[in-house]
Amino acid sequence: MLTKRIIPCLDIKNGRTVKGVNFVDLRDAGDPVELAKQYAKLGADELVFLDISATQERRKTMHDMVLKVAEYVNIPFTVGGGISSVEDVDDLLHCGADKVSINSSAVKRPELINELSKKFGSQCVVVAIDAKEINGEWFVHLAGGTIPTELKLFDWALEVEQRGAGEILFTSMNHDGTKSGFADKALATLSNLVNIPIIASGGAGNVQHFVDTFQKGKADAALAASVFHFGEIQILDLKRELRANNIEVRL
Amino acid sequence: MKLVIINYGAGNIKSIQFTFKRLGFDAKLTSDPKVIKAADKVIFPGVGEASSAMYMLKKSGLDTLIPKLTQPVLGICLGMQLMCNTTEEGNTKGLGIFDVDVKRFSNDVKVPQMGWNTIKHLKSDLFKGINEGEYMYLVHSYYAENCNQAISTSDYELEYASALENENFYGVQFHPEKSSVAGEQLLKNFIEL
Repeated sequence: MLTKRIIPCLDIKNGRTVKGVNFVDLRDAGDPVELAKQYAKLGADELVFLDISATQERRKTMHDMVLKVAEYVNIPFTVGGGISSVEDVDDLLHCGADKVSINSSAVKRPELINELSKKFGSQCVVVAIDAKEINGEWFVHLAGGTIPTELKLFDWALEVEQRGAGEILFTSMNHDGTKSGFADKALATLSNLVNIPIIASGGAGNVQHFVDTFQKGKADAALAASVFHFGEIQILDLKRELRANNIEVRL
Repeated sequence: MKLVIINYGAGNIKSIQFTFKRLGFDAKLTSDPKVIKAADKVIFPGVGEASSAMYMLKKSGLDTLIPKLTQPVLGICLGMQLMCNTTEEGNTKGLGIFDVDVKRFSNDVKVPQMGWNTIKHLKSDLFKGINEGEYMYLVHSYYAENCNQAISTSDYELEYASALENENFYGVQFHPEKSSVAGEQLLKNFIEL
């Protein structure tokens, strides 16, 4: 059976991991390649690298990092952050990225999704959606959740699927950073609405939150950062607990 | 050991090359028929859309070369699908190396299938040292039907062929280059065939 995926997310700035990482047996916790190798060994199913740097050299720095990750890591990985054209994606895939994640650029120019899925196939196009629930309605936000739009989450999700997205990475701004659990109600609605995989993001604080997001939120994968980076949750323990709850995982 | 990866413009082939590098083998990317013919082992990769991939193969004459190869050939993902009789994707005629058709998963399941699934009913030297029920990484919307050339099957909506073998030709639906240690073992086995 297809298993549910556990995905650590690494924020990258100028080629280095940011957000403190607290791994005991790591020589250089700021080195994305070291960290990625470690996560692959510890049982992560996939990795996401999110580039948050804003320098002139960001492209080249990112290409160098992607090349190194592809060279040393034997599980799939997605690269996101600042991707806005077919050329950007072409470069990243040629460096060895398996998928790319687009966010604001897709909202600004939705045709980008069609162009990417036509040229590279849906399987490598992840559309990341940051949304916030305001008075009972979910609205898409841009630029890391700082800029609100009129666009409604569920309408946008249907549109990105129809335009050829292969997967949706949904982050709830209401839950992100709270460690109080994923947005399971919205996730379940989303998962029933579209026929492509949904990655749950935002709110992971303990193991039960992952159980809930797979069972109640019907998520296909769950993404988290700090709970993994700080060793609050060990991926192996998490997967054992998921299996004990009859959730299929790769162990 | 002359190992080549057929390069016909099909997506992320860097990962396959890197995996071989980790295993200690230098895999050359090439579209040159002479180099392909002279190789000991041939990898036929592929990601993207079937009809446009077949168009690229035809343009370079690789569609007639590949079925005539006599050394071990391993098709990966779309590469495997293109080695079948036909595929529903873009109603494309394949290379006819595997006597099976490729169909699309129905919308009763999420499409594409994306993630780690188990492989079972393993029967080939390609799986030496790999356990029944091992996990492999898959991303696909189309599948080869279960058939007598299947050397492994997987379940998603139905039981389908996740690997195929016919004489010197092998095909895997999953991505061994992305399937952790088990995937590396499979590529090592292919080298040692």
